[in-house]
Amino acid sequence: MTDDADSLTRSKIRTQLVSPIFGPRVELLSGQHRYSTLHQRVCEIFQLLIWISNNLGAESTTMKVVVCVKQIPDPALPGELDPSTNYLKRDDKLILDESDSYGVEMALQLVESAGGGEVSLVSMAPNGEVSGLRTALAMGAEDAVLVSDDALAGTDALGTARVLAAAISRMSPDLVLAGVESSDGYTGTVPEMIAGVLEMPSITFAKQIEIDGDTVKVQRQTEAGYDDVECATPALVSVTAGVVEPRYPSFKGIMAAKKKPLEELDLAALGIDSSVVGKNGARQETVRVTDAEERQAGEVIEDEGDAHEKIVEFLGELKIV
Amino acid sequence: MSVETILVFGEADESGPSGLTLELLAAARDLATKAEVFVVGDGAAAASELGAHGASTVYSTGVLDGKLMGVHAAATLQAHLDSNPVDAVFFGQTPDGRDTAARLAVRLDQPVITNNVGAVIEDGALVVEEPVFGGTQNVFTAFRNEGPSLALFRPKSFEAEPTGSGAAEVVPVDFVDPGAAGSATVTGRHIEERSGPQLDDAEVVVSGGRGLGQPEAYEMVDELAGLLGAASGASRAIVDAGWVPYAKQVGQTGKVVKPNVYVACGISGATQHLVGMKGSKNIIAINKDPEAPIFGVADLGIVGDVHKVIPALIEALKAR
Ligand SMILES: Cc1cc2nc3c(=O)[nH]c(=O)nc-3n(C[C@H](O)[C@H](O)[C@H](O)COP(=O)(O)OP(=O)(O)OC[C@H]3O[C@@H](n4cnc5c(N)ncnc54)[C@H](O)[C@@H]3O)c2cc1C
Repeated sequence: MTDDADSLTRSKIRTQLVSPIFGPRVELLSGQHRYSTLHQRVCEIFQLLIWISNNLGAESTTMKVVVCVKQIPDPALPGELDPSTNYLKRDDKLILDESDSYGVEMALQLVESAGGGEVSLVSMAPNGEVSGLRTALAMGAEDAVLVSDDALAGTDALGTARVLAAAISRMSPDLVLAGVESSDGYTGTVPEMIAGVLEMPSITFAKQIEIDGDTVKVQRQTEAGYDDVECATPALVSVTAGVVEPRYPSFKGIMAAKKKPLEELDLAALGIDSSVVGKNGARQETVRVTDAEERQAGEVIEDEGDAHEKIVEFLGELKIV
Repeated sequence: MSVETILVFGEADESGPSGLTLELLAAARDLATKAEVFVVGDGAAAASELGAHGASTVYSTGVLDGKLMGVHAAATLQAHLDSNPVDAVFFGQTPDGRDTAARLAVRLDQPVITNNVGAVIEDGALVVEEPVFGGTQNVFTAFRNEGPSLALFRPKSFEAEPTGSGAAEVVPVDFVDPGAAGSATVTGRHIEERSGPQLDDAEVVVSGGRGLGQPEAYEMVDELAGLLGAASGASRAIVDAGWVPYAKQVGQTGKVVKPNVYVACGISGATQHLVGMKGSKNIIAINKDPEAPIFGVADLGIVGDVHKVIPALIEALKAR
C-alpha cells in the first residue's frame, strides 16, 4: 500500500465519521413518530448500524502496529557460508523467521484486544523474496513493505536498521514490534538501532505487552525475573521468543494473503544512499573462517538398569562425589 | 602489536562489578596499553575490585534511577568519548550491553559486531571471533571503520584475572539527557526467588529438557542437583512451556555455562542448546534416543529413560 492509498483510506474513514450521523441518530431517538413507512424505519436502523460499525472501526484504526520480520533460510537445513563472500548463503527459499512470528502474533493480539487496528509488516531482503512475508500476511497482517535492492548484500546490523527505519517512518506507526534477535544472525541489536534512528523510546525483551491509551506497558524479561516498564507511544518494543503461541495460518488466511498489498521498494525509493549499506556501509571484513575444535564424543552405554553406577563412578573420578 | 586504550562498558551492582565485566577487563588489558571502565552506576563502589583487575580509570555516572538504561548510557558515553577518544569499546552480551551498544552505534555511526568469544589485534585493527552454526565454525572479522570499534562479547569468553593492582582512579561523569527517546520508565521489579548455587558459577550443572515428559518431573532434576551441590538448568523447550523460569535457560538465548560437569537429562542437544554448554569440562547425557545429537559432545552418554536412571542415581547418591 502506498502512502497515497493509505491516506485515502484514512480520509474515507474520516468522512464517514463526520457525515450526517448525528442527524439520523437524533431524529431516530427524538422524532420516531415522523417516520410513516416501515421502509423508512428499516433504512434508518440500517444507517445507524453502519454508523456504529464505521465509527468503531474508525476509532480503532488509530492504532497502527508495524512488525519487522526477517525471512531466513530454513534453520532445519544446515547453514553454509558462501566461500567467495563469507556471507550466509541465502539461495534457497526463505521462510518467516520463527523469532519474528512471536512479534506478528503479539501485534495481532494487541489489535484484536483493542477491537481493531492495523498490523503492517516490513522486511528487508536482497533478492525480492516474499514467501516469509506471505506467511505473516496469512496469519492476519494487513499489508507488507519489502525493501529489496542488489546493493543490500552484506549489509550489517546498523545498515539494516537504517533501511528498516526509513521504511517504517513512511508508515507512521503507533507501535513498532520486532523479535529480540533473528535465528540466523542473532545480533540482537537491530530493533534498538531502529529505535535509535527513529529517535523513539524503546523497550527490549518484552514478554507481555499492554496498550493503555497512549502508553505501552511491558513486562521486560530480566536475568532475575521481570521488570514493569512503560513509555509513551510511538515506541518500539522487541518481543522475546516463546512468549505467545503464534497462530497457524488458516486455509482462508493463506488464500487471502495472496491478494494482500505487498509493496516492494528499493533504496532509491527510500532515499537511502547505497554507501551506508552493503559491504561498504558495514566497514568490516571477514578475514578468515576456521573450523571449531570438535569435542570428542566419549563413551555411550545402553542402560541395563545399572547405568547410574557408571555415573557415580564417573563423578567419583572427577572427585564430585 | 597493541592498541592504546580500550574502554569496557562495566556493569555493577551493590555486590560489585559483574563477572563478565572482569572478564572483558582481562581481555582489554591483554590487547591495549590502557584498560578503562565506564560504569553506569556506582563506579566508586566497584573501583577497588576493578583496579585489582587492572583498570587504570573508572568513569562513574552514579545510579540511574527508574529509567531503562540503554538510551541514557549511550548519550552519556557519546559525550564522554567525544573528549576521551578510545580505540574500542567492549560490551558484555547482556540486555543493557546490547541496548547501549546499539544506541551508541547509531549516535556515532559506527558498526557493532556481536556474539564474539575472542579478540586479537592484527595490523593495528581489532579482529573479533564469532562462532557460527552452533559453534562448528568461527568467523574472524576485522573492523575497518574510522573511530572506535564497538564489540559485544558472550559471557565466559575470557578468564577474569586479578593483577594485584590497587584501586582504580574514579572519575565522575554527568548523565546526558537523551530527551524523549529515553522516556522508558521502570515502574516495578519482580525478582524470582533464587537459592543455592547459581548457574553462572556452579561447579556442577544438572539440566532438564522436554524428555522429562511433564513439569513435575523437573523435581527430580532439582533433587539430583541438590545432592551434587549443583545448579539446575533447562533447555528452552521447557522454559517456553512454562515449566521453569527463563533464568534457568541454558543456550544461545539463555546462559552460557562452563562448569566442571554438565548433566543433560532428556535434552536432544540442538545447536542452540550446545553453544551454551559445550565449553563444560565434562558432559554427561541421559537420553533414550541413541541418535540424539547430545551424545556427540558427551563424555559419558547413557542411552536410557530419565524416569529410571535419575531416580536410581538419586538413591545411589543418598546411600553413600
Ligand atoms: C533463535 C533460537 C534460539 C534458541 N535458543 C535456545 C537456547 O538458548 N537454549 C535451548 O535449549 N534451546 C534454544 N533453542 C531451541 C532449540 O532449537 C531446541 O528446540 C531446544 O533446545 C529443544 O529442547 P529439548 O532438547 O528439551 O527438547 P527436544 O528437542 O524435544 O528433545 C527432547 C529429548 O528428550 C529425549 N527423551 C524423550 N523422552 C525421554 C525419556 N523418557 N528419557 C530420556 N530421554 C527422553 C528425546 O529423545 C529428545 O532427544 C533456540 C531456538 C532458536 C530458533
